[in-house]
Order: sequence, then C-alpha cells, then structure tokens
Amino acid sequence: MTTDRVSGAVLALFALLVLWESRRYPLGNFHLPGPAFAPVLLASLLLIFGVLLVLTSSRAPQLSTISWTEWRHASAILATSLFTVFATERLGYRLTMLLMLAFLIKAVERRGWVETLVVSFGLAFGSFYLFYTLLRVPLPEGPLGF
Amino acid sequence: MAETLHNLYIGFAVALSPNVLLYAFVGCVVGTLVGVLPGIGPLAGISLLLPASFGMDATSAIVLLAGIYYGAMYGGSTTSILMRIPGEAASVMTCIDGYEMTRKGRAGAALAIAAVGSYVAGTVSVVGLMLLAPPLASFALRFGPPEYFALLLLGLLVLAYMSGGSILKSLAMATLGLLLGMIGIDPMTGFFRFSYGLVELGDGIGVVPVAVGLFGLSEILLTAGQPTPPEIKKPRLRELLPSRQEWRDSLWPIGRGTVLGFLIGIIPGSAHIISSFVSYAVERRLSKHPERFGQGAVEGVAGPESANNSATSGAFVPMLALGVPSGPIPAVMIAAMMVHGVSPGPLLIAQQPQLFWGFIASMYVGNVVLLILNLPLVGIFVNVLRVPYPLLYPSILMFCVLGVYAVNGSVVDVGIMTVMGALGYVLRKFDFETAPVVLGLILAPMMEMSFRQSLSMSSGSYHIFVNRPIALVMLMVGLALLLLGVAPWLTKSLDWRQRFGLTSGEEKEGL
Repeated sequence: MTTDRVSGAVLALFALLVLWESRRYPLGNFHLPGPAFAPVLLASLLLIFGVLLVLTSSRAPQLSTISWTEWRHASAILATSLFTVFATERLGYRLTMLLMLAFLIKAVERRGWVETLVVSFGLAFGSFYLFYTLLRVPLPEGPLGF
Repeated sequence: MAETLHNLYIGFAVALSPNVLLYAFVGCVVGTLVGVLPGIGPLAGISLLLPASFGMDATSAIVLLAGIYYGAMYGGSTTSILMRIPGEAASVMTCIDGYEMTRKGRAGAALAIAAVGSYVAGTVSVVGLMLLAPPLASFALRFGPPEYFALLLLGLLVLAYMSGGSILKSLAMATLGLLLGMIGIDPMTGFFRFSYGLVELGDGIGVVPVAVGLFGLSEILLTAGQPTPPEIKKPRLRELLPSRQEWRDSLWPIGRGTVLGFLIGIIPGSAHIISSFVSYAVERRLSKHPERFGQGAVEGVAGPESANNSATSGAFVPMLALGVPSGPIPAVMIAAMMVHGVSPGPLLIAQQPQLFWGFIASMYVGNVVLLILNLPLVGIFVNVLRVPYPLLYPSILMFCVLGVYAVNGSVVDVGIMTVMGALGYVLRKFDFETAPVVLGLILAPMMEMSFRQSLSMSSGSYHIFVNRPIALVMLMVGLALLLLGVAPWLTKSLDWRQRFGLTSGEEKEGL
C-alpha cells in the first residue's frame, strides 16, 4: 500500500461526500449555474484527481515508510488546542492559557514546577496585558474576572 | 518619470512620519524574530499582529505587516547560516552553503553577504514594484468578470505548476481549497452552503485560521518532540567583514537573484520559497566551480537570499495593482487592507496615492532598518533560540490561538485552526503542498462570482471567455502550463522543475 494510494482514496471519498451533501442545493444548469454548481464541479474534479492518484501511485513511497514518532506530542498539542476552543470563552483567556501552557510544559514536556509556573503565568498574563491592555485587542474574561 | 519621483516624495513624507516609521521598525523587529524562530513563519507572524493592527490607520497597518513579511526573509537566514535550521521555508537553500561557511569559520561573512544581498535585492525590487504596479493597474482597468475569472484560474494553474512535487497533488490541493471556499452564503442566491447550523460560517471560512492551522500549527505538530537544536555559534562583530574575493564572488549572484526573485515573485505561488531554489540552481549551473557548492560557496548564500527578498516585493505587484493575491501572505494582507476599508486593485493607486506611495517608501526605509538590525544585532536575535524548544512551542501555540481568536473574537475560528492543523500535519506527512489549499480558499469566492457574473453578462454563453482577447490569452497560457506539467509524465522525461531540484524523480514519475 503506497502513500499516494491512501491519500488518493481519501480525497476521492471526500469528493463523494461533497457530491452527496450538494444535493440539498439547487444545481441550476450549464448556462445558469445554481448554488450547487461550483461545489459539484469542484468535487467532480477532486474525485478525478483522487482516482488518478490511486491509479498512478505504484512508485510512491510505502505507507510504512512514514514515521509517526512524534504522535504522542502531536496528539497532546491537538487536544490542548481543542481544549482552548471550549474553554476560552467559559474560563476566560488568562485562565485557559495558563492551564494550556502548564499542561504542555509540565505534563507533556516534564519540566520542573518552578519553570512551569513562571513561564505559564508570565506568558498568560503578559500576553493579556500586551494585547488587551496595550494594543486594545478584545479578549474574553471568565467568571472569575480572568 | 518626474511624476513617479514626485509621488515617491509624497511617499517618503508619509513613510518618514514618526508614527509610520515606528510601525515599520516594529514590523521589521517582529519579522526578524519570526524569521529566526523555527516553526513560526511570516504568515503566522502577520496573522498574529493582524488584530493588533485594527486600531491603526490603514497606512501604518500595511507598513507594519509588510515589515514582518520582509523582516522574516532577513531573519530566516540567520538560523540557516549559524545552525543549519531554516527559520522559515525560503531559507532552506541558505542552510547548505551558509552552514558550511560557519563550519569553516566564515559565519560572519556569510551573515554579512546575506544581509547585504537582501538589502540590495529588497531595495532594487521596490524600484521594480514602483515602476511596474501603476501601469499594470491602468491596464487592469480594462478587466471585467471574464478577465478576472481567467486571471484567477491562471493563478491557480501557475501555482500548481510552480509548486514543488507532483502537479497532480498540487491541483488536488488547490481544488480542496476551492471547495473549502464554497462554505458560506452563496452571494448570488443567498443559499447557506455547508454551514451545518454554524452561523459563524456565514461569511465562509476565514483565511487566517486556515493559514495558521496549515502552516503554524502543523509545523508545531511536526517538530514538537524532536531533539533540541544544536549549539549556536555566535560570530563577533569584527568577523562580519567578508573578504575581497567573497565580495567579488557575490556581486553577480546578488544581481541575478534580485532579477530572478522579482520575476518569480509576480507569479502566483509560494514565490519566495521557489525563487531561492531556482536561484541556487542557476548559480550552481553558471559557476565555473560547481563542485564548491555544498562546501561553503558564498554564491550559494548570496543568490538565494537576494532572490527570496526580491520575491516579496514582486508578490506585492499583483496584490496592489490587480487586487489579486499571489499567495497566502499577500492574501492576509489584502484581508488586513479590507478591514481598514481599502480595496486593493486598479483604483488603489489613483484613489489613495498616499497609501500606495507611503507603502513603497516605507519599504526603502524598512530595508535600511533591517540592514542595521541584522548585522550588529545578530547576536541578540540568535539568543531567542537559546530558549528550549519544549518551552518555545507552547508559547508559539498560545500566540497562534490568540491571533486566530482575536481576528473575529470567535472560538469557531480556533476550532477551524485546530482541524486545519491536524489536516496540514497529515498532508505534509503524505508529501502534499499546503500553499495551494490556502490560495484556493482565498480565490474561490472571487472565482465563482466572476464566473457566474460572466455567464449573466453573456446570457449563459461560454463564448464570452474566448471572445474577449485578454481572457482568451490568459486561458491559453493556463492551458499551455497544464500541458507542460503533464507532458513530462506522459513522455517520462525530465522537466525544468526537476532539473532545478523542485521535485524529486520519484515524485515526478507519480506525476
């Protein structure tokens, strides 16, 4: 199984999904395109490209050659980023960033407590001061005033 | 010519006002830092400061953001030369001979040549921008929807053709980007497309969360957990003077890199990256001693560094004159200008000469600032790299979240950034280019609108695209590029991109 075969198949499946979802909107016709016209045209093109990738993939690298050694870090970073989506407006900017930074530095990178607290507090509160207070960029404050 | 000089005088009056000068300086400093730091490129840097620019006037905002762009080109060379770590993608070629020069004790000379080359290229290419943008803008006044559609389609095809790697993969990525651009309210009929109940998607997916996700976050995901950078070699100030022979060897590469970079910069795509690859290949080919390349040849530093700086000015030509972004960075800058009520395009130069000429003049000033910053203060900038990466990447992530959230004050954008980060991580693992996705996303609404407006103008007849000469020429050029891209695959021969090292043989065989 080559990398291009897998990626081509995923792109083709995504194109099929878009074609299926586009049925909700009027297609129009060739001379008077409706809102679904461009998405259907583009999804059809993507489907062709995906199939071509699958068909011409024999010389691409094998799937097993891709190294995923950093996946633990990557998963933790993605999870932290997702956490900020749900927490920023509920807990406020400073508390959310404090928790995010502390988790990454202490739990993921296993640095010392002093380093973790200094960097997390410094960055969370420092960036808030710089952007909110000095540059007047609106950032959310949580129920605790953070 | 007299009119140009008069306009430039007006521009310098704007650029040398204390306010604008301060923002040019701040932009250059931030840009240099962004360039020095691996994992955060000019796009993430510009996106980060975009919300902070909302409170400024349009000229200051655009000067600040442009300063970050070309500042990053300067800064990127520092880590390439001293540590063999490209601070940003355009500096990859500088790593090869720049680091070899460092190993031979010529780090100072390499940094000086890179800075002087960047300065010369930056300054000369602004002259090109100054001379080329106004006539191009006048010409673009003849453009209607069919011409714009043809131009945008040509832009995407050029990008796919110029991108490193397989043209098929690049086309697939551009199409994916165009599809993402379909999300939101259809401007012609008012239908809410692919929004799944999220009101925030009414205006479509923003370019900032997608760009920061695909470039910034995916870079963090790929590099976190990797071994920490090697020890930094810090050159002394007195070592910064290149020898007479090094100056002589660099003279023509700087000149060629400047011209090449500017011309490539005008063409859509990741111009600054491609230009440095092409410049390196050209210098190696023209050299009487090509075997010196890879062993610390000063031409291998001078050419690519000049080219990537020159390409940044070239990229501003279609942005300012046509209102068409040639890549993700000009696209974010167009978004910034629109926030301030400025519409880049053919009328910009006529209607807002102070902004245009002030911007041009600020680039001259910015290049001087960068030359001063990058030589004596190089030691200060490399100190940033002493921060251990396990502490550095959480801070970069925080700034990514902050920058993306602050644009619209929406956590949905942060969610989009996260999804795009994961997508970019996987795409890069599978050897896909992510720049076409961003360009596709930006061009999609403009392309669809001009396509449908063209058909409305012609009562549904597609002849409108071939009856109008400008549109026809652009479509023919696009078709020719497509055929050129496919031809080597069919004939199993090498094309120029492969010879210049933009693709590997393996990739090419897979189209």
